Amino acid sequence: MLKYAADSLVYRVLGIKQGTMLGEALNFFLYDTMKVFLLLTVIIFVVAIIRSFFPPERARKLLRHRREYVGNFLAACLGIVTPFCSCSAIPLFIGFVEAGLPLGVTFSFLIASPTVNEVALVMLWGLFGWRIALLYTATGVILAFFGGIIIGKLKLEHLVEDYIYQIKIGECEASVPTWKERFSYARAYTKDILKRVWLFVLIGIGIGAWIHGYVPMDLVLRYAGPGNPFAVIVAVLVGIPLYSNAAGAIPIVQALVEKGLPMGTALAFMMSIVAISTPELIILRKVIKPKLIAIFVGIVSVSIIIIGYLFNMIL
Amino acid sequence: MKIEVLGMGCTNCEKLYRHVLEAVKLSGKKVEVIKVEEIEKIMAYGVLSSPALVIDGKVKAAGKVPKVEEIKEWIK
Repeated sequence: MLKYAADSLVYRVLGIKQGTMLGEALNFFLYDTMKVFLLLTVIIFVVAIIRSFFPPERARKLLRHRREYVGNFLAACLGIVTPFCSCSAIPLFIGFVEAGLPLGVTFSFLIASPTVNEVALVMLWGLFGWRIALLYTATGVILAFFGGIIIGKLKLEHLVEDYIYQIKIGECEASVPTWKERFSYARAYTKDILKRVWLFVLIGIGIGAWIHGYVPMDLVLRYAGPGNPFAVIVAVLVGIPLYSNAAGAIPIVQALVEKGLPMGTALAFMMSIVAISTPELIILRKVIKPKLIAIFVGIVSVSIIIIGYLFNMIL
Repeated sequence: MKIEVLGMGCTNCEKLYRHVLEAVKLSGKKVEVIKVEEIEKIMAYGVLSSPALVIDGKVKAAGKVPKVEEIKEWIK
């Protein structure tokens, strides 16, 4: 239906000939824009409703007294469904540590939470299909699971700022929200996200459409195709400073994949965008020492690079 | 009555603070509004997500910014 709308608008209403570069690019732009905004609205609303059932206080309770492995896996999954913004990173981190959670389990949560990002999930679903979206989610959980286990094994508790261990946490009986409150929260959340990303989405799809219509096929293949062994590393290093702009980057990546960019390289690039964000690192600096931040960034980026090569081999 | 806005100074915390002031003004009641930015005090309430709203020592909201009308209802 959306395809039909895009076709008739470009080829009939605007009278641009099918098969021309302009027609292709414009059609691509309209179709993707409609699809992505529709998906963003619906899915983020659903995600927000699900999240209203998993406040961080609940994650803390569920993870308490969990050991390694089971705890890491559960933390990685809870990291996805618990609503979390970087401004809450400090109370959440302290709350987890105070509850006696192993450091590795806490990090599984902290890695999963930004990595499996709802906006990225929607963009992948809309532009690459549900299989790639699912693969991305599963990879995010695996990354968080192993990243947390490695940090746990390294015994880095002394790299947590000392004052954290002195803080006592009060009891809080969180009131259970009514359905009306859940809907109102989900509506506000969806509006907030859309307001934040719409421009990036449009710019991203615009550039993607341009690549789709104008960039020659072999250009991408020549520089970033399977023939270039360093493509994954470069993709990850470029992705890290692009934090939180997954919305704009994914449409561009999709167009590049069509032009021959290998899927593993593409996935590694997208994961590096969401997994490591500078503002979050700055906030985490208040609770953990710089050395642990460096270890955290190192483990996550190396893992993403490995994931990229692995997918390039099997996909 | 005393309202405390818990948060370490993020944009959402500022937004909540403005909502509270607005709600207090609309209600016409005499309410003391305080910003709590020290992490030790925030944690003492047991909240893990900011911003949070505490009315007379009771946590009313955590991890979200309630609307002005909602806060007005709580003040009543």
